[in-house]
Amino acid sequence: MAFIEISNVSKSFGSGSKKRDVLTDVSLTIERGEFVSIVGMMGCGKSTLLKIVAGLLSPDAGRVVVNGLQVRGVQPNAAIVFQNYSLLPWFSALENVRLAVDAAFPEWTKDRQRDQASRHLEAVGLGKALHRRPTQLSGGMRQRVAIARAFATEPEILFLDEPFGALDALTRESLQQELLRLSSTAERPVTTLMITNSVEEALLLSDRIVPMTRGAKPLGHPVRVDLHRPRTAGELMHDDRAAHVRAHVVSSLTRDLKPTTKQQVA
Amino acid sequence: MKRAINLLLPLVGVALALLVWGGLSTMVDDLPSPLKTWEESKVYILKLLEKRGEMDQGIALLAYYSLVRVARGFLLGIALATPLGFLLGMSKTATRMFDPIMQVLRPISPLAWLPLGLILFRKSEPAALFAIAVCSMWPTVINTMAGVRAIPQDYWNVAKVLRLSPFTTFAKIVVPATLPYMFTGFRLSLGIAWLVIVASEMLTGTPGVGGFLWQEYNSLIYAHILLAILTIGVVGFVLDRLMGLAEARLRAI
Repeated sequence: MAFIEISNVSKSFGSGSKKRDVLTDVSLTIERGEFVSIVGMMGCGKSTLLKIVAGLLSPDAGRVVVNGLQVRGVQPNAAIVFQNYSLLPWFSALENVRLAVDAAFPEWTKDRQRDQASRHLEAVGLGKALHRRPTQLSGGMRQRVAIARAFATEPEILFLDEPFGALDALTRESLQQELLRLSSTAERPVTTLMITNSVEEALLLSDRIVPMTRGAKPLGHPVRVDLHRPRTAGELMHDDRAAHVRAHVVSSLTRDLKPTTKQQVA
Repeated sequence: MKRAINLLLPLVGVALALLVWGGLSTMVDDLPSPLKTWEESKVYILKLLEKRGEMDQGIALLAYYSLVRVARGFLLGIALATPLGFLLGMSKTATRMFDPIMQVLRPISPLAWLPLGLILFRKSEPAALFAIAVCSMWPTVINTMAGVRAIPQDYWNVAKVLRLSPFTTFAKIVVPATLPYMFTGFRLSLGIAWLVIVASEMLTGTPGVGGFLWQEYNSLIYAHILLAILTIGVVGFVLDRLMGLAEARLRAI
């Protein structure tokens, strides 16, 4: 049995004539310690899927089983990083992380909690910005705080909802590398499910990539990314296997678009 | 140049208002002119803190009594209003239950509450506090409620993801997120409390600006009525500005 099993999940929003089916019959399994990315365009329902797997939303049909238990609400061993950082503006970086540590390890002493929080902020290069508020930090620094907050709770499962989507290309690349480093140095293996619209980002980080399109049976065939780690964006550009994976993902993403192109030609 | 004009224009406005007042006073027999008002009132203003009798005191002392009464009624009001606002903001059921009652109680004038307070408490002081509290609480209830409802989904998600306890969610997320709205409510509530004070002092005859105003009306010293009115206006303005400053500081966070 896989660590995370998503079976026949469906979800729609609204009712009556305004009813909108966002997910229909979605199934996927993820092994322990795996890094899986779901790549899809805007509006394909990938964010909804992530929220269901993470326990923030409940599915209309189907179920999500993690480690043998059906998911109801957010799991205690999971952390989520959102695209818009989701930091509390009235707290400093340190206080934001401490809030998470306190919730995850209530039995720890205050000193130990504080130490855990500041250590993780230092690990993402924010040792000098511990006491700054989110509004005094750049977008990249805010997302660093959010990543530190996630890892400070020592999660077994990490959900990443387009974590680098709002960042410029350079900041994005350095944060991607930092995320890889944190994942590989974590004390227990981290199973990661990432949602992204960037094939390159998925190539850089994932063990497997699942393309996702709109409509019924939206998930395409997962592709394994058999490339050595650590990877760099530069290497991926010239690697044949990466090109192969990229071609597969892009073709399944544009699968639905092809008939319309043909019609136009005809 | 622009700053000079900005300073000058309000003064011109005041001068014009005084002119209108002076003009009116020549037409209406009992209305004292600005100069006469000053002549008859200056003892209250020049000896701000002198106590000569129960109502015959420096205007600052009278204003102080009123302010203390307002502060107590206002604090009582927001002590009731804030929890109620949180409750209504967080529970749709509670809103459906209490919203009609609130809408009916809200427009009731302090003059209507005061007799009820006198019946309930049998003394003028608690009755005045009751009237102030029950009239001034509504803006705080409504703003706190709106503030809770305006908390972005992101913050609720943080609470869910971190699995915060209900108490921690309330203390670390709901209260800080609602604080700016609450302060807007406090500011409006204080404004109403100050309006109510005059009515309640007039009816109960307790020492304060409102009580003074009523006594001087009964003694036919009309200049002092104008003094009391101006004092009420100035104090109300200062209170609003102070609350506005506190609010601005909160919003800056």
